[in-house]
Amino acid sequence: MDRRTVLKGLAGAGGLALTGLSAPAIAQGASARTLRFVPQANLANFDPIWGTQYVVRNAAALVWDTLYGIDAQLQPQRQMIESEETSDDGKIWTFKLRPGLKFHDGEPVLAKDIVASLSRWAARDPMGLMIIAIQQELTAVDDRTFKWVLKQPFPKMLYALAKNNAPCSFIMPERIAKTDPFKQITEYVGSGPMKFAKSEWVPGAKSVFEKFTDYVPRQEKASWLAGGKQIMVDRVEWIVMPDPATAAAALQNGEVDWWENPIADLVPVLKKNKNISVDIGDPLGNIGSFRMNHLFAPFNDVRARRAVLMALSQEDYMRAIVGDDDALWKSLPGFFTPDTPVYNEMGGEILKGKRDFDAAKKLLAESGYSGQPVTCLVAQDQPITKAQGDVTADLLKRLGMNVDFVATDWGTVGSRRAAKTPPGQGGWNMFHSWHAGADCITPAAYTAIRANGDKAWFGWPSSPNTEKEITGWFDAKSVDEEKAAIGRVNKAAIEDVVYAPTGFFLTYTAWRKNVSGITKGPLPFFWGVSKSA
Amino acid sequence: MLSYILRRIVATLPVMAIVALFVFSLLYIAPGDPAVVIAGDQASPEDVERIRQSLGLDRPFLVQFGSWVWRILHGDLGTSIFTNLPVSAMIGQRLGPTLSLMIVTLLLTIVVAVPLGVVAAWKAGSLIDRIIMGFAVFGFSLPVFVVGYMLAYIFALELEWLPVQGYTPLTQGFWPWLENLILPSIALGCVYIALVARITRASMLEVLQQDYIRTAKAKGLGQGGILFIHALKNAAVPIVTVIGIGIALLIGGAVVTESVFAIPGLGRLTIDAILRRDYPVIQGIVLLFSFVYVLVNLMIDVIYTLVDPRIRY
Repeated sequence: MDRRTVLKGLAGAGGLALTGLSAPAIAQGASARTLRFVPQANLANFDPIWGTQYVVRNAAALVWDTLYGIDAQLQPQRQMIESEETSDDGKIWTFKLRPGLKFHDGEPVLAKDIVASLSRWAARDPMGLMIIAIQQELTAVDDRTFKWVLKQPFPKMLYALAKNNAPCSFIMPERIAKTDPFKQITEYVGSGPMKFAKSEWVPGAKSVFEKFTDYVPRQEKASWLAGGKQIMVDRVEWIVMPDPATAAAALQNGEVDWWENPIADLVPVLKKNKNISVDIGDPLGNIGSFRMNHLFAPFNDVRARRAVLMALSQEDYMRAIVGDDDALWKSLPGFFTPDTPVYNEMGGEILKGKRDFDAAKKLLAESGYSGQPVTCLVAQDQPITKAQGDVTADLLKRLGMNVDFVATDWGTVGSRRAAKTPPGQGGWNMFHSWHAGADCITPAAYTAIRANGDKAWFGWPSSPNTEKEITGWFDAKSVDEEKAAIGRVNKAAIEDVVYAPTGFFLTYTAWRKNVSGITKGPLPFFWGVSKSA
Repeated sequence: MLSYILRRIVATLPVMAIVALFVFSLLYIAPGDPAVVIAGDQASPEDVERIRQSLGLDRPFLVQFGSWVWRILHGDLGTSIFTNLPVSAMIGQRLGPTLSLMIVTLLLTIVVAVPLGVVAAWKAGSLIDRIIMGFAVFGFSLPVFVVGYMLAYIFALELEWLPVQGYTPLTQGFWPWLENLILPSIALGCVYIALVARITRASMLEVLQQDYIRTAKAKGLGQGGILFIHALKNAAVPIVTVIGIGIALLIGGAVVTESVFAIPGLGRLTIDAILRRDYPVIQGIVLLFSFVYVLVNLMIDVIYTLVDPRIRY
């Protein structure tokens, strides 16, 4: 008998005497039917259209289904849809739903639900907004058929409906989907493979999903968001752990089964444990970045921005983020996710090879920089931004710049970066961020690459050439045309330094060896995942 | 006594009002914007502004404050900006774990610290006294999270006696409830035990010099009776005061402890709300904590009359 048993016995006896309550016996089978998962972040809200955080998207993929789903080859595949037709002029799309689709409340999925859901999604999604801009009408033809009539062709329609970038076009019952897209829904009824157990939701601590027994998976093999979403467990519990060391200990101790994103520092410990598997989680990885404010000196002059690119070492940034594990990073002479079908690094020479500080200093001097402070916002509560901020501060100092290093938290950076006032009056010159590689495959959902001045993302870059080439990508009709367009976008965006890419990095995921079926992808896919006792 | 208690409760109202105004003002001027967090990293400034409007964050300070106070007066703490759940419900979900943690820690402290302090005073200057006081200094010096990690490593990972993290409600059994609280309570209680042990020792040392103790010894009373019945009762006022003040320490320490041991309590809720700028939740929790603190002080004042009959209100 070990000490724990003794303690348990003593406390159990005391407990019985005091409260009359005893611990329930948990059968091994029940444990094997519950998958305990540590997500990347807290599921603080659960409206995938209102809140576009990745963690919301990841949880929503369990509860709400989509018309199409992106597969591992980055191709849109039918999901809730049985068939689609396009008119010869490409302006009329007619879609037919699969038969037998049901919401979690038992009601059938009807075309009117799709119309309401797509309308709400389109109001918040960059591609959806593009569709709305050319929309003539979106109507239900009958219970299973709906029609989207456009004023001009939109070749990327299926990609827009399938993409995994937040917000995804999740389908909800009409009564829920009619909620203002800028207000939260209060009912979480979907038609996806799992139901959300709202009564067990403790935001910041735990979210529970239960298998939806009436779900009819497709016959095809599951591949990312496409194919048959077969759920192998009865229950998935998301357990939020703010402290990585605690999550690592809980995984080692068998208190949780799968940890979405262990930090690099703790991975060696996990790899040593014979009961734990560790592998790259998302092959599409992330792109590190910092943005310069194009509205104010010194970075309103392209020469100053180019000087920074000329001097920055992506290796320094990547090692600061992921440590010495060379499998986790690579240099990225451009803005798009490497190893994807349309990847092109045209024009990326300035980011390659030996760093030339002398040339960079000369270019910086030509830009007229005369020692004014450069306000650099660095969120200390995000390891990735903190690591990048430290490297940038060193880089700027070596360039002879006067760095005003503002160490703050992510909430403050998020607010302050929206200020268009001069840096000395509450504005800024630089801030650090990163982008999921899944968002950076093409310009479709890539807000950070847009360079339409006042309408662009923070930093408000204005680069007519970049915008022209982005339009070219949207009009492309084949993969070759797309790839060529991506190359031109990359070249133009580097020439005008829309932002500074600091490299491409990957992260690990870790799970207990009694769990099987985990696949690599831009989000954790629970279909096909099973657990033995 | 009853009228005193009533007067003290009424007196908490202006205190709470000042706390409310202070907290609301502080959050209003603090940098950060919940709309930005909600909108996500890729949102446009227009999206952020629309969200600000939908949340009513674009209204003037006085309008926002007035509407908040009006709701509070109607017993409504508001709705979380992020979860869309009532703040009172969120606090209700988190109250159990934090209360459990604090109760177990408090019991552990009293059971361990008071006897240690009494023994240290009784054996003042001896090796036992030095060991106990050495432990007290150690307990003071170690941050809660360091103790927490050490305990988790030894007792959870190496020995596998106790779980690393989590919380199980008492309704699911006494042992499941207790086993999740043992390590966090020890981690949280270290500083507190050290503090109470030192105060108990100091207070007891003074009492043990009194004439009535010498008289008790002369009458042939046993050492235990002298220490724990006659001396401790007379030394109790400062000890009770420190235990009361220590509850504030516990509230602060719970924030760290709950994060280290992944306990879904009010401490973690506070941190999450601050990081996301979830104003209604922050305001609700601070109001609750300030109310608890005022109430604890009132309880201490009442307990004074029980341990020292000379005190009257």
